[in-house]
Amino acid sequence: MEQAAPALERLLQPAPLEPLGHPDAGLEAAVGEEAEGAQDEEGPGDRTMTENNFWLKKIEISVSEAEKRTGRNAMNMQETYTAYLVETRSVEHNDGPSVLTDSLWRRYSEFELLRNYLLVYYPHIVVPPLPEKRAEFIWHKLSADNMDPDFVERRRIGLENFLLRVASHPILCRDRIFYLFLTQEGNWKEIVNETGFQLKADSRLKALNATFRVKNPDKRFTELKHYSDELQSVISHLLRVRARVADRLYGVYKVHGNYGRVFSEWSAIEKEMGDGLQSAGHHMDVYASSIDDILEDEEHYADQLKEYLFYAEALRAVCRKHELMQYDLEMAAQDLASKKQQCEELSTGTVRTFSLKGMTTKLFGQETPEQREARIKVLEEQISEGEQQLKSKNLEGREFVKNAWADIERFKEQKNRDLKEALISYAVMQISMCKKGIQVWTNAKECFSKM
Amino acid sequence: MDMNSLSPTMPTSPLSMINQVKFEDEPDLKDLFITVDDPESHVTTIETFITYRVATQTSRGEFDSSEFEVRRRYQDFLWLKGKLEEAHPTLIIPPLPEKFVVKGMVERFNDDFIETRRRALNKFLNRIADHPTLTFSEDFKVFLTAQAGELSSHKKQGPGLLSKVGQTVRAVALSMRGVRSRPEEFTEMNDFIETFSQKINLIDKISQRIYKEEREYFDEMKEYGPIHALWSESEEDLADMLGGVASCLDRCCQATERRLCGLSEALLPVVHEYVLYSEMLMGVMRRRDHIQAELESKAEALTYKKADTDLLTEEIGKLEDKVECANTALRADWERWKQNMRNDIKSAFADTAERNIHYYEQCLATWESFLTAQSDLYAKEPPEDKP
Repeated sequence: MEQAAPALERLLQPAPLEPLGHPDAGLEAAVGEEAEGAQDEEGPGDRTMTENNFWLKKIEISVSEAEKRTGRNAMNMQETYTAYLVETRSVEHNDGPSVLTDSLWRRYSEFELLRNYLLVYYPHIVVPPLPEKRAEFIWHKLSADNMDPDFVERRRIGLENFLLRVASHPILCRDRIFYLFLTQEGNWKEIVNETGFQLKADSRLKALNATFRVKNPDKRFTELKHYSDELQSVISHLLRVRARVADRLYGVYKVHGNYGRVFSEWSAIEKEMGDGLQSAGHHMDVYASSIDDILEDEEHYADQLKEYLFYAEALRAVCRKHELMQYDLEMAAQDLASKKQQCEELSTGTVRTFSLKGMTTKLFGQETPEQREARIKVLEEQISEGEQQLKSKNLEGREFVKNAWADIERFKEQKNRDLKEALISYAVMQISMCKKGIQVWTNAKECFSKM
Repeated sequence: MDMNSLSPTMPTSPLSMINQVKFEDEPDLKDLFITVDDPESHVTTIETFITYRVATQTSRGEFDSSEFEVRRRYQDFLWLKGKLEEAHPTLIIPPLPEKFVVKGMVERFNDDFIETRRRALNKFLNRIADHPTLTFSEDFKVFLTAQAGELSSHKKQGPGLLSKVGQTVRAVALSMRGVRSRPEEFTEMNDFIETFSQKINLIDKISQRIYKEEREYFDEMKEYGPIHALWSESEEDLADMLGGVASCLDRCCQATERRLCGLSEALLPVVHEYVLYSEMLMGVMRRRDHIQAELESKAEALTYKKADTDLLTEEIGKLEDKVECANTALRADWERWKQNMRNDIKSAFADTAERNIHYYEQCLATWESFLTAQSDLYAKEPPEDKP
């Protein structure tokens, strides 16, 4: 319970509701303008970032390399994994040089640990998602193997993206554990585990999966949950279709490559047609090989959509957290009401509510006035405690709704911006593909006409 | 030269053949127009079959009328081809579409199959009409003009079954003997045909495969636009853009369909016809060799047999003429065929390239107008790609 108090405090602190990086905050984590207040606070138990005025300067984070490693796992068995180099640079002035301040290696499981920690300690925040654990929505050319270099490369980009998202989030960027993730290689895992967040995590997970009926949920959250379900469903459907389309497109282009070889062989026996056939064949080869770059670009686009597929899950988690709090509140209120009623009945002597004590009293004789007084006293204490708890739960709930909604608004704007950009880049990719196609077939047509 | 005096059942002299080739080079003098259409299904107690309407328009004197309309079934086309091959063993007779579709037990009478066959039959008759010698074939004329009853009685004329069997037996014996001294030019021709046949078969397979892949791509694309439209329904800010992308994808999908049709109309039938032509050519080469082998075997017989040398010598003389005519006919037709092949292949591929260019141009226009609309809306440049 000790851990809960600081967390609650943090929840109740007036978080900077002003945005929060402008649209280009994805490139550099330009944070710290609002941190002046935090600067004055110092303290070992403080989870907000204060050391070294780190966040007052602009920082750049990159996941620049990936390396295969072998080591021993928890069961002392040899395993192969990939480690990623996380580099942090600070930039003194706007156009000045960046100085490498920190550089360390992290593996995917450590990123997961960081995220799980953030999920527990910031339940009202839509926590940025990690790139997928296993390759999904693949088509035949992509590998499902986690060690495949293309997959590793795309994961590297996704991990970098995750860190940039966290760093540009006005609240998450201040987190000490996040800071340590970037700056302290050894012992970091121990520090995270010391926060005891796993204990909270278990109960939270249980809550997220449980079904319960909330009588008065905030309508906005209900709608939002519905939206997040729809978003998840539609994006995953889209990604599946896209993978199939990519597969087919690959087939169309590659089969044309076969023309190249056959035309070349045929040209050997032709006198007049020979040259035309040969050069047309060359263009067919060019056409066939052009699809590789095209689809590689498209894979990046798919990754952008995937990020929002996973973001939808994070959104849903916030809604469920609200439901849980609301349910908690309703249960507490219900409990309080029933205790009050019990107390009233005892005082006035009327029995309307069923209680075991009441029944046994009826069966085995009345209790003494002293006994009754004692019971009333206990109940009154419980009622008083309950009222306090209800009050703080209410406060907590309202704060949660306020803060969560602020982050949700921020998220919505970010989502719209990012997805618009992604869709436009998709259009640009299609245009480039069409232009290449026109060029190749124009060249081929010229060769055919000369045959 | 009076064309009407030529009877196609007699071997034509080399001189008249040359004149015929020259005559054919003037395209304005096309005087025979044929169309094959209107497939109809006929059901009898024994079988079901399809007939096609064969409509002819002509200004030629030897035809009784200027317009004819008959109904023919595949068997009738087969008969015609057989007669032409018989009469002109070393001419390159146009190929007929296959009897049935071999791969995948496709139902004999599905619409695609019938349409493909109809087009091929149309091509077949028009190729004959354009051929300087074959166009004057009597059997061809009967085929185009005779009503059902007349055709069957005409079919019954000609060498009987027994003599045909006799011919086949001799042919087998001769082919086992083989030809001794094939002229160099025909060996070269044979080599060409072998390589050509290999290559055109491969191209046919590749083209069919491309069609299949494009068809499957089209099937997947059909879903792609609608999913974006569905998404736009749950969005507010993004709704317009998603709707825009959805309609772009739909239009590209339609363009893909047109590309597919183009492929199946312009490229596939042409390539496939030349696959069949290559088989036909191998048959022509065999028949030419067969004629020469006949001569050689008689000449050999002459060196051994003492009796009947006069008869043999006379026969050999006729055979020498026959070989000479056959070679000349083939030589001329070969040049003509190669010229046509070059033009047809060139056109088919150039046409396909043109259609592909058109396809990409349409898609390009769609996406470009989408981008323009977006930038008009927001009056700023599209944001740079994320790093």
